[in-house]
Amino acid sequence: MEGRQGTSPACPLRMGGPAHNFPGAGGNHERVSSPGYAGEVLWRPEPVKPMLNLNAVYALLLREAKIFFREKERIISILISPLLFLFVMGKGMGTGTSPVPGYTYQQFIFPGIMAMVILFTSITYGLYIIWDKRLDFLKEVLAAPISRATLFVGKSLGGMLGAIIETLLLVLIGALFIIPLNPLKVLLCLAAAFPVSYMITNLGLTIGAKMKSMEGFGLVMSFLTWPLFFFSGALFDLGAAAPYIRAISLFDPITYAVDLFRIIMLGSGYFSVWTDLGAIAVFCLASTAAGVAAFGKLQQEK
Amino acid sequence: MAAIKTDNLIKRYTEVTAVDGVSLEIPEGEVFGLLGPNGAGKTTLISMLATLVRPTSGTALVAGRDINTQPLEVRRNIGIVFQEPSVDDLLTARENLYLHSMLYGMPRAEISPEIEKMLALVKLSDRADSLVKTYSGGMRRRLEIARGLIHSPKILFLDEPTLGLDPASRKAVWSHIRDLKAAHNTTIILTTHYMEEADSLADRIGIINKGRIIELDTPAALKKKVGQDLVFLKGAIDETTLRALPFVNSVERENGRYKIGITNSGANLQALLNAGGRIDEVEVRRVTLDDVFLKFAGQQISDDAEEKAEGIFERIAVNRTIRK
Repeated sequence: MEGRQGTSPACPLRMGGPAHNFPGAGGNHERVSSPGYAGEVLWRPEPVKPMLNLNAVYALLLREAKIFFREKERIISILISPLLFLFVMGKGMGTGTSPVPGYTYQQFIFPGIMAMVILFTSITYGLYIIWDKRLDFLKEVLAAPISRATLFVGKSLGGMLGAIIETLLLVLIGALFIIPLNPLKVLLCLAAAFPVSYMITNLGLTIGAKMKSMEGFGLVMSFLTWPLFFFSGALFDLGAAAPYIRAISLFDPITYAVDLFRIIMLGSGYFSVWTDLGAIAVFCLASTAAGVAAFGKLQQEK
Repeated sequence: MAAIKTDNLIKRYTEVTAVDGVSLEIPEGEVFGLLGPNGAGKTTLISMLATLVRPTSGTALVAGRDINTQPLEVRRNIGIVFQEPSVDDLLTARENLYLHSMLYGMPRAEISPEIEKMLALVKLSDRADSLVKTYSGGMRRRLEIARGLIHSPKILFLDEPTLGLDPASRKAVWSHIRDLKAAHNTTIILTTHYMEEADSLADRIGIINKGRIIELDTPAALKKKVGQDLVFLKGAIDETTLRALPFVNSVERENGRYKIGITNSGANLQALLNAGGRIDEVEVRRVTLDDVFLKFAGQQISDDAEEKAEGIFERIAVNRTIRK
């Protein structure tokens, strides 16, 4: 402990006495209120010097990776419903109903299913932070000398990691059974998966940070995840949809993800590639702001 | 130098004042026991010192850093073992310790050897690579203690470190705590509601009740304040002779035997027995911290709150506040 001036007298305890001066603590920090600390002391956040602690981000990411690969059943189970859509609905709807000429309906919905996989993986991951809270793992991290931004970045990278791995699995399945994809298209799909999973993971983390119990999980899935998926146009052509559906879908981040994947894989989309990228960028920024704010308020639960 | 110095720390929640003006100073290397009933404010006080909860007013220097203005600096210098287990079930012990070391910014080269050292200290080396979910309660506790120590904190907070442990594990944790103090001169702040624990570990004990520290002293001095030891005698006892002895404070009959309050049973027991007459049975009960606690904390709860509340609804209201 450097630079402490003034040895404090052995004063074991005073109760409720008048506020009394601290011996100066070396002057390496600023006093918030004047000498006696008499009034309300305002909480000053730590000066923003090391906003991001990269070692800590790495360690947090490593934890997520280890846990992800340890739960192999989860990796498979998260692919089940997308694969049902893809193979049962995709095949069941036949070949005559594809909105994009030259492609089957199954091929048409494949980009949408890819967005769905990212959506489900990322949002589930984000909501899992409630488990962290429940299991008190979060306590350890909240008590550590790292900024909330560091924690947030570690967490959202962890979510992206999971989503990218699921995307890779799905791209391989798709390339083998559904749609011919050259290596460039595969790479572009993976590249696009990064910002998409980022914004959805942040959304999940934001909600998860605010939720108190796992009971809310089902509600979020019913009232948020499925609507995000259905309104995104993953299963139909937005151009042919009823105007109110189109209007709602404009506010759905998944819409732009689906469209971007369609442009990459099928060569045509509803919006331009720049509209998609721009919208995704906006959602990324907004979800970062929301997430950092929610993590800042994340409190120790007693 | 003081490891911790608090200045009129107050934490108010909307309905209760959890910590109500605590000013205390804990010298370096001390084991300080914070003793109090559930809801007395122990955890809130510790949480404020560990910068997990913001004080409503007042402040504290922890390891020379201000909890209000330098929380990250405070955090780097302290270790915490929480009341509820907070090790990561899905990782192994080694991974838990690695994650912690990285979060606390330990130099990379030191991490591995420190992990081995800590695992050996808490005797978990042979299970270091098993997932924590396969651990028993005692093993988890030991792992948490290792985790709280690995970054060599100057101050270690232990919030009910032995809660829910079996007696053998409890004894093991105690001996770790003693070793720590001996080996590293770590300042240890320990909350507990086991009197035995506070008595055997703490250099000084603060009794906290309703957010205020109502007594603070060494275990021995606190016991002295409560006063007398009790000697139970059975036999043909000469009551009047006993009463005349200078060190006897009271003589009562209870369940067919005599309950005699004396000061310093250690020194005076022989004289008491010599004067007593024909004695068939002797039982000596020395003052324990339980008695101390009952005297300082227990009475106050009943005195100010329960007895003042008259009707049933007032009583319920009072009980609620007390429990919080």
